[in-house]
Formats: sequence, C-alpha cells, structure tokens
Amino acid sequence: MMKIAFERPRSMFPVPTHYCPGCGHGIIHRLLGEVIDEFGIREKVVGVAPVGCSVLIYNYIDCDMYEAAHGRAPAIATGCKRVHPDLIVFTYQGDGDLASIGTAEVIHAATRGENITVLFVNNAVYGMTGGQMAPTTLLGQKTTTSPYGRAPKREGYPIRIAEMLATLEGATYIARVSVHSPRAVIAAKRVLKKAFEIQINGLGFSLVEFLSQCPTGWGVSPTEATKWVEEKMIPFFPLGEFKVPKNEKLVK
Amino acid sequence: MDEKVLITGNEAIGEAAIQAGCRFFFGYPITPQNKVPEYLSYRLPQVGGCFVQAESEIAAIYMVFGAAGAGARVLTSSSSPGISLKQEGISYIAAAELPCVIVNVMRAGPGLGGILPSQSDYFQATKGGGHGDYHLLALAPSTIQETVDLMMDAFDLADKYRNPVIVLADGCIGQMMEPVEFKERPSEVFPPKDWAVTGAKNRPRNLLKSLYLDPEKLEQHNLKLHKKYLEMAKNEVRVETYLTEDADIIIAAYGTVARISRTAIKILRKKGIKVGMVRPITVFPFPYETFAEISEKVDNILVVEMSLGQMVEDVKLGVCGRANVHFYGRVGGMVPTYDEIVREIEKIRRSQVS
Amino acid sequence: MAGFGGQGVLFIGRLLAHAAMKEGRNVTWIPSYGPAMRGGTANCTVVISDEVIGSPVITSPHSLIVMNNPSLDAFEPRLKTGGLLIVNSSLVTHEAKRNDITVVKAPANKIAFEIGSDRVANMVLLGAYSACTKVVTKENILEALKKVLGEKKKHLFEINKTAFEKGLETGNL
Repeated sequence: MMKIAFERPRSMFPVPTHYCPGCGHGIIHRLLGEVIDEFGIREKVVGVAPVGCSVLIYNYIDCDMYEAAHGRAPAIATGCKRVHPDLIVFTYQGDGDLASIGTAEVIHAATRGENITVLFVNNAVYGMTGGQMAPTTLLGQKTTTSPYGRAPKREGYPIRIAEMLATLEGATYIARVSVHSPRAVIAAKRVLKKAFEIQINGLGFSLVEFLSQCPTGWGVSPTEATKWVEEKMIPFFPLGEFKVPKNEKLVK
Repeated sequence: MDEKVLITGNEAIGEAAIQAGCRFFFGYPITPQNKVPEYLSYRLPQVGGCFVQAESEIAAIYMVFGAAGAGARVLTSSSSPGISLKQEGISYIAAAELPCVIVNVMRAGPGLGGILPSQSDYFQATKGGGHGDYHLLALAPSTIQETVDLMMDAFDLADKYRNPVIVLADGCIGQMMEPVEFKERPSEVFPPKDWAVTGAKNRPRNLLKSLYLDPEKLEQHNLKLHKKYLEMAKNEVRVETYLTEDADIIIAAYGTVARISRTAIKILRKKGIKVGMVRPITVFPFPYETFAEISEKVDNILVVEMSLGQMVEDVKLGVCGRANVHFYGRVGGMVPTYDEIVREIEKIRRSQVS
Repeated sequence: MAGFGGQGVLFIGRLLAHAAMKEGRNVTWIPSYGPAMRGGTANCTVVISDEVIGSPVITSPHSLIVMNNPSLDAFEPRLKTGGLLIVNSSLVTHEAKRNDITVVKAPANKIAFEIGSDRVANMVLLGAYSACTKVVTKENILEALKKVLGEKKKHLFEINKTAFEKGLETGNL
C-alpha cells in the first residue's frame, strides 16, 4: 500500500500564492496550516490579517478572519478574544506593521497578557509598498528610502522586537526562528506549535518572530537571500527562546 | 427599574448601554467623558461583561472592531480629540459593515482645544469623519432621558443597518444630572449575525474586510453602503418641532443648545414674538424635509450652534433659498445663553421691520 | 451655589436635586467642571420646575448660596431682582452690594465647627436656604442625604443631618 508522504494542509485553500519566488511567507503560511491541522482546531481558529504583502493570507488559510488596518491586528484580536475566550486567535504581521505603526498595539496586548498568538514576520524591509526602510532594516542596508544605507545618525538603529517584548511580565512565550533553510523551518514549526499550545492551554500571550527572506525587496536572488538571512540577519537577530512559561527553563 | 434615578449624562450613557444588552466597552480616558469608562469599569464585571482600558483611542476602536466582528454589542466613548484618533478605525468598521455604538461627548477644538462643551464635531459626525465615502447614523440627544432612550435605540439601529452609530452629546449633557427612567422596552428581533467571526464550524468561513483591489468590486461595495444610507434617510429621520404651528420665526438647534433655545422661546413668546423650533434628533440622516416644509411658512430661520456654523449648511440645503437662514454661534466652550438668543431673534425682527 | 472646590457645593446641589426629584418636580443639576477641583472655585446650578426645563444654565438665578469671597463677587450681580442670597459669613468678608435682594448670613463654618467638623458648613447653608425658600421638605433632603452618602459614608449621616438642622434654625430667624 502506498503511503501519503506529503499533502496540502486541510486548513489551506488549494490555490497558488501570489508571493514572489523565494519569499518566506509561503513557508510560514504552510507551517501555520500544518499546526492548525495537527491541533485539529480549524473550526475554532480566528486569524487577523495585517496590511502588507500578507494581507491576502485569508486567500490561503481557510478559517474565520479579520482584515486589520496597518498595525492594529493585536487590538482586533483582543476584542475578538474578549468576546470568545474559547476561540484560538492569531495575528499575522510584518515588520512595518508590527514593529513600526503597530508597536503600541503589540506591546500592550503582550503586557495585558492577552491569550493570543502573534506571528511576526521580519524581513527587514517594507515589501508591498516597494522595498522601503523598515524598523528592522539592518545598519548599512540599502532600501528605497535609505538609498545610502541605514546609518545610525540618520535613520537610527533596528529594533529587536523579541528581546524587547520578553522584558514584559505579561508576555508568556517569546521566540525567534528563521525559515531560510530546511533545518530552520523544522525548528520554526516546533516553536510555532509551542506558541499555539500555550494559547490552547490558556497560558497567555505568545509571539514567534520569523526571520524571513525578501529577495525582491532586497534586490537579490532567492539563494542569495537565504544566505543573507544566515550571514547578516541572524548575527543581529539571534534565534532562540527569549521568554518561556514560568515553570520552564529558558533554552537558548 | 422603573423608578426615576438622578444621574449624570455620562453615567446614563453607561447604564443605558448595559440595559441595551451591551457587555463590552473599550475606551481611553479623556475629559469630559471620563465618568463613562469609570462607570462601566465598575458595572460591566457585575453583569458578566468586559471592560478594557486600551493603550490609545486607536487601539480602543480596533478592539471595538474585533468585538463587533465577533458578534457582540459593543460601545466606545470619547471626546473630540479622541474621536479624531478613532476616525481611522471608524472608517474600517463602516467599510466592514460592523454594528457598534460610539459616543462623542464633544468638547471645544480644534487641536487640544478645551474641555468645555461644544458642537464643533458636527461635520465630522455627519459627513463621514474618516476617509472614504461612508456615513454614521448620528443621534443628538438634548436631555439625559433622551440620552438614555437614544443610547438604547442606537444599539438596535447599529444591528439593523450593520453600521456604526454615533451618539453626539456635549460636555453639558455629559456632566449634567437629571432624573431618568430606564424603561422596559420591547426587544426587536434581528436576524442572527451569521456574518460574525466565531470559528468556521459547519459553515463556510467568514471574512471581515475592507480591501477590494478590483475597482469594479469596490464600486459595488460603495454602492451597497450608499443604499443603506438612503434607507436610513427614508426610515430613520427623527425631528422634534416645538410651537411651529403659529410661529413667525423658527430656531433650528440640536442637543444642549436646543434646550437653551426652548427657554429663549418662552421669554420671546411672553414678549409677544411667536417663535418656534425645529430640533433635529438625528443629524444624519438630517430632517431636510421638515426644513423644506417650514421654509414655506416662515421667512426667517435662526440656526444656533456651539460652532461657527456647521449644521447651518444642512439647514440651508433643506430650506433651499425659500427663507432667510441666519446664524448665531458660540465656540471655545462658551455656551450661548437664552438672553443672547432672545437678542438675536429681536435683531432679526427689527431688520425685517426696517 | 458656589465656593472653593472641596467645600461641598456640588454635594449640596446634588442633595437639593435629589430632594426635588423625590417631590416629583423636574430638576437639572449642572456643575462647572474643569481642572478646578480641590482648592479652585466650584459652582453648580440647580433648576427646579414644574414645567419641562429648558436651559440648565441660568443667567439670573432666583437664589444664590456663596461660600467664599470670589463667589460673592462673581455671582451677586447676576442674582434676580428680589432674589435670595445666602452667605457663609464665616468666610465671606466682602459685603453684598445690592439692596434689591434678600441677604441671609449664616456663620456656617463656625456652626459646623461647634458641632464637630467644619467640613459640614455646606449643610448649614443648605439648611438656611431650605428654611428661607421651603422649596423642598426637610424629610426629602434627609432622604437624599442618606441616598447620596450611601453605605460607604453612612457614618457621616448624623453630623450632616445636625448641620442641616442648625442651618434650618439659622434660616428661620
């Protein structure tokens, strides 16, 4: 008898995505779909889509969804979760969305300990609007609005969201992963699953930051992009868990 | 509860929301509406509801988006500068067709302005407020009892039209106390909120959104919204006429200014000057027809507002050149007195005689 | 009624409004509001009527209770001809200037101090006002007092009641 080795998660629509070749969003969407399937929670899941390339996530993930304004997803998730504490609510946000215009919303959702899960996709650039500088753009990185390369004196420093949120009492689980290699993707899934598990068990706020490649925004090939994550992003944005539930030990 | 209670307008807003079945409030402190969130932070937990003090007005309105989208009756309240901050979310809520109630206890602007009463957010409340082609249903109470009654109606109207409803109060109404009665009311039956985000169990998934990249689809969506506003104009106009039957001059005013005008009318009638009043209760939809009718009967209409002339534009649209439309306004937190209104009417009379 | 913030002018306004409501009258109570809390100036306006109340803000009131000098200076000119002016003579050193009004002086702080706390000076003045105008009954004021104080401040009922009764005596003189 033949065994099915690979199939589309049931919580995903059978459609190709609109993402550019080499983009990390497709991988992260799939991890999300797999996690929803594995917990068997598709009928209890509500997602909040961001503004940015991944606004159309609702075309790929088959669950009840909101489309938020730029940065406001954690506030919408709060409103939803307060009405239906038994639903599993996640937001999916990019770096412009979460780390710039929506910093207040994510910090306060975390500090209130809202029992939601945030998927934060950090690709160091504004993708949809055409590759402008993001709050997470690295020093020296050239973008369409930092054409001379990001310089601290002119554009300031990139923000490390995971480290920052890990300082909050209200946050339960904060981790950073990457999707630039098969090995990294496998690790990322484990972490995402843990984040959802924390919500399912009612333990509070969880956030997973995904370092993701944006070949188009960076002006490089998909292969070069994965290398850039490894060589440039990870040294500045180290992978690992930054906050874990009180009864667990932090494993770096 | 059928005994009268003496409470402030702000507390009445909170209690009326609870009586109307609202169990969720998201807000941010701002004077002069602070008693609304204070009251609800104490009352909501008693009735199994939920109060969240948000990190900003912006976050508060998106929590409203989330709760309304999840199918709940939900309220937020603020005062002018805070309402400006909420405008982004209000546009999104109107676009996604979610029912909710927003209270604006208006204070003087622009900018930080002052904390005293004003009606200078009329344009913002009735003409849209945020970006895009949309409207709120806007209710303007004049007494605390009416505030209570309109608050309860507001939740029904929001559900009926799947549209945000704004209750346009002002600092006077918020701070003032009057005896009120929370009347038992027949509960209207509305269709189930089958569009709400509740988990896609045994049904296709629901999606609450406002992005339509295809212009034809977005035009269709706009036309659909517009049809709702036309329906509101057909069904929901509310207006009070006071002593208009024999009146030679009409005062047009809403909210606190309307009740001050009522005192002015009493004084004027004692002096033998027959003055009446048209008081819009809904300022969107606006009672254009009442003004069209009244302008056939009188030559002069005085619009009085705590603004430098906002509602006066709608009155002119209703009157359409058939009568003279005069204006008197005080701003900055100054409340027009009945003596000033009496003087304005007498001035109009004198100018007509000469 | 007007005075320093903290003297309890809003409080006696509320009692009067409550009592009027109990008697089935229409009533409005509106405070001056703003950053003027304790130490600033505070005033409130109560309108009691058998008709529907129009303006809750009054240009020329029938009666005025003043608890400090600035309030006397600010509001005396606005009192209606033939109106009633109740003055806290313990603190108001300025003299009323008009002779077309009735002036009743009550050393409210002194009386209040004698019965145990000058924080109930406001009640003395409300008593004096009630005695002069008979606009609401003593029973209804005391009922209102019980209600407004509530369970938490129940222990303050007696001293407020005594102050009110002392005020009634002053006003009846």
